[in-house]
Amino acid sequence: MKAFTVHTGLAMPLDRANVDTDFIIPKQFLKSIKRSGFGINLFDEHRYLDKGEPDADNSQRPLNKDFVLNQPRYKGASVLMARENFGCGSSREHAPWALDDYGFRVVIAPSFADIFFNNCFKNGILPIVLDKEVVDALFKEVNAAEGYTLTVDLPAQSITRPDGSVIHFEVDAFRKHCLLNGLDDIGLTLEDADAIKAFESQWREKSPWYFTAA
Amino acid sequence: MSGKTLYDKLWESHLVKQRDDGTALIYIDRQLIHEVTSPQAFEGLRLTGRKPWRADANLATPDHNIPTTKAERSRGLDGIVDPVSRIQVRTLADNCREFGITELDMDDIRQGIVHVVGPEQGATLPGMTIVCGDSHTSTHGALGALAHGIGTSEVEHVMATQCLIQKKMRNMLIRVDGKLNPGVTAKDIVLAIIGEIGTAGGTGYTIEFGGEAVRSLSMEGRMTICNMAIEAGARAGLIAVDQTTIDYIKGRPMAPQGELFTRAAEFWKTLVSDADAHFDRVVVLDAADIIPQVTWGTSPEMVAPVTGVVPDPDQEKDPSRADNIRQALKYMGLMPGTAIKDIQLDVVFIGSCTNSRIEDLRAAAAVVKGRKVASTIQLAMVVPGSGLVKQQAEAEGLDKIFTDAGLEWREPGCSMCLAMNADQLPAGKHCASTSNRNFEGRQGFGGRTHLVSPAMAAAAAIHGHFVDVRDILLEPARA
Repeated sequence: MKAFTVHTGLAMPLDRANVDTDFIIPKQFLKSIKRSGFGINLFDEHRYLDKGEPDADNSQRPLNKDFVLNQPRYKGASVLMARENFGCGSSREHAPWALDDYGFRVVIAPSFADIFFNNCFKNGILPIVLDKEVVDALFKEVNAAEGYTLTVDLPAQSITRPDGSVIHFEVDAFRKHCLLNGLDDIGLTLEDADAIKAFESQWREKSPWYFTAA
Repeated sequence: MSGKTLYDKLWESHLVKQRDDGTALIYIDRQLIHEVTSPQAFEGLRLTGRKPWRADANLATPDHNIPTTKAERSRGLDGIVDPVSRIQVRTLADNCREFGITELDMDDIRQGIVHVVGPEQGATLPGMTIVCGDSHTSTHGALGALAHGIGTSEVEHVMATQCLIQKKMRNMLIRVDGKLNPGVTAKDIVLAIIGEIGTAGGTGYTIEFGGEAVRSLSMEGRMTICNMAIEAGARAGLIAVDQTTIDYIKGRPMAPQGELFTRAAEFWKTLVSDADAHFDRVVVLDAADIIPQVTWGTSPEMVAPVTGVVPDPDQEKDPSRADNIRQALKYMGLMPGTAIKDIQLDVVFIGSCTNSRIEDLRAAAAVVKGRKVASTIQLAMVVPGSGLVKQQAEAEGLDKIFTDAGLEWREPGCSMCLAMNADQLPAGKHCASTSNRNFEGRQGFGGRTHLVSPAMAAAAAIHGHFVDVRDILLEPARA
């Protein structure tokens, strides 16, 4: 996994609550057996006017010019501003894969759905929860000022606005550690292989009915 | 000190290691695998040269992406028309063979939707921890198992380590007191709950469902409720073990047998919350207040009783909620104030991991028996949850009841719930669906989904618009 330390990028507002994972990446793209190449279909049903297909030539498709992602001022955005319950719905990791592949490194929202939140950390994307009032203020600022960029500093757990003011954010210590160092958490867990084996053997002894072969 | 909740007990019995920062390693007893969220996890194992920690803890079956028409299914894997889907289903078979994992393949009578197959095979047992790369894994909580939906990186993590990195959730109890009204089902209960607490109401919690109305449900009904815990934001839902649970498990192929079953059942009976357990949040509903429910919008919380009307955003005080309602009504093509019963339908879908079990099919068949699907309905389909559900339904003659009434009888799979295969809701069409999500585009690009119970979907198929199924059930039975 790629590491995340400090990121400065253009912010893009997606002003809509309960954005679900079907919104982020529609199901027809889940037929892929790869984990890359989803960026061109990020927000597909809102970004294009027609229905997307996995093998389509996306450069020929009609764009929805009103959708925020297609507005020239947000070209190259890498910090996504979102509303409540972002990423609800299915567990598809294709959602953070699509965000990452497009170029988003940070998502800021008042709340996230649990599975999506978790999936972001596995893919080098930093999801940040801020108070609703703070998010409201950021939405106002990003709408008002073209070229609005934020600097997100994970070690310092801070977001710096264009005017230099700083917002603090919380992040779990373990997730922070993994993200900062780009750690593969399977490798980390396997450092505890002895503890897992010890647990397993007493559990098998106590509850043999869970160890019948599938 | 207060007692423990069922969730506390399941968590503690699977705790391998508690880390200082609140995260923990939780041992996983069972992983269910399907074709869509597993290929990248298997690829990860290959790239790192890792092997499954315990291959026999995994059980795979294809469901999301397979055809459901008899013609296409009869040609087997090689006969899947969509080449991209075919590769994905074949990849699952190849991966299971390579890594020594049991797969109930497309042609196996036991194949079906993972969340139907797990309990049906006894691969889901009380007291287990269960994961699957699918958010509706919460279903298995109906058997008193701690079951989480996970992402693909976590699928790989569980394959390689038999553990999940998790932070303990908070405890929520949702109690539905009293007796259910006739014609009101588990689906109506859970839609009413989501309407009450919202789609993020359960975020950060494990929800235990209790109370007389829940306790009186069959296992199928309990699975419907836990299935939609995720639609209330909770990764896991739970229902305490009782005799109904134990009777359901007895004799299932992968369940313990004989003396081992007796010993297991003794333990399973302890899988209830203590009387003095502390819940961080308690929500109480009165079953008498719940009547058949219909969603009118693009989120499961946008729900109304069948006797109600589509809301008016101008009456909503909270401006962001008003915006949400406006967006939803625009997408759904509905006017504020429209009576739910006046919503005209084009398609009816009976199926999905929420409502495709034998009891669901019986409830739908009871409504359509001796009647005909309305001429305005362009497609009405019934998709059983597994090959064994299909077999049972056919043994009871339900398939004949459906086809006589004009509904299509399909092969098992996820089908139009998420429309990854050819079963897609056309743009602009309204569908009465027994599935779990009414998100924009969920059942097909531009499709308009209304979530309902199987009996309500069946009644809608007959009338071409929503009707209160309680009125139908009161009519004299037809031949």
